[in-house]
Amino acid sequence: MCSTCGCSGEDASTRVTLVDGPQPVHAHDHEHPHPHPHEHEHDHPTRTVLLEQDILAKNDLLAAANRHRLAEHAVTAINLMSSPGSGKTTLLERTITDLGDRRETSVIEGDQETWLDAQRIRSTGSKVVQINTGAGCHLDAEMLARGLTELAPPDGSLVFVENVGNLVCPALFDLGESARVVIISVTEGADKPAKYPYMFRTADLVLLNKIDLLPYVDFDVDLCLDLIHRLKPDVEMLPVSATRGDGLDAWHEWLANRSEAAVLR
Amino acid sequence: MHELAIVESIVDAIVEKIGDGPVAAVRLEIGRLSGVVTDSIRFCFGIVAAGTGLDGARLDIDEPSGRAYCRDCRREFALDDPIMLCDCGSADLDILAGQELRIVSVEVR
Repeated sequence: MCSTCGCSGEDASTRVTLVDGPQPVHAHDHEHPHPHPHEHEHDHPTRTVLLEQDILAKNDLLAAANRHRLAEHAVTAINLMSSPGSGKTTLLERTITDLGDRRETSVIEGDQETWLDAQRIRSTGSKVVQINTGAGCHLDAEMLARGLTELAPPDGSLVFVENVGNLVCPALFDLGESARVVIISVTEGADKPAKYPYMFRTADLVLLNKIDLLPYVDFDVDLCLDLIHRLKPDVEMLPVSATRGDGLDAWHEWLANRSEAAVLR
Repeated sequence: MHELAIVESIVDAIVEKIGDGPVAAVRLEIGRLSGVVTDSIRFCFGIVAAGTGLDGARLDIDEPSGRAYCRDCRREFALDDPIMLCDCGSADLDILAGQELRIVSVEVR
């Protein structure tokens, strides 16, 4: 389905690419014929057809298939969500480097355009697939399925899914991930959770990033944590600094526990 | 705007179920706690429906109010605020209604 014009058929605007080396120039074919074979007759009797169907049923079905596929191979997929610039890619670079040989990791990068993040991840030595959503503002279960096929992560490994930087839309789309991690940085404003409640309510873990900058910014940590707790009383929260390393041991421990759960399932 | 993807799902699901129509009207249920903006749905519907059997169809949207049950004070109450808190201060709630995202029916010509 085309996110640009809404025509049906192939998901023409989403591009899934295994990033390995320099970016080739590719032609962007984006033609969509729109036939109009039907006439509109008005003042015509109608009949009501009951459908009673969940709008996101198709996505949720694909998400369930992804979850099953991940569980079969004991692969843990972590869906990372945040606003743009919260430090997701820096956190991933650091995490992959810190985990080193202890843990096989690979990454699915979601961005509207460019391979910039994928190339940063690639330079850590990790395998990475870039999904460019074009006009799309979030990843969905079908994109994750395509990304996993391209990535082919080994059994028992860890896959990070870096969603499109956006605190609104990604919250609504189940990818079939093992867990959701929402990142908020101290440069964003402590009231973010109240402004974007849907996102924080879906989180399994919230990382409060860039805490090394707390002396320089006006950020009320207690208020932020209280707002998150109100939205989701049982959510785990960890303060971290992806650049300085604060709190990353706890983050690694959380990942290890999640991975263990995937293997035991 | 995730509403575009939501509308694409709606149009796909209807075309899959009833073929090329033509469809005179679509009835949706979009709960007030669903995180979906009905004005955006209406805006996108005209664009996505173009060239399909839903082109020109009327869009009827029911918006059920939110209801929640508080596990602490065991009270059921109406709730339309996405920051979900009971009057007793607890956030430990079961959402009973308001998160619906459903295609209810279509009127086929």
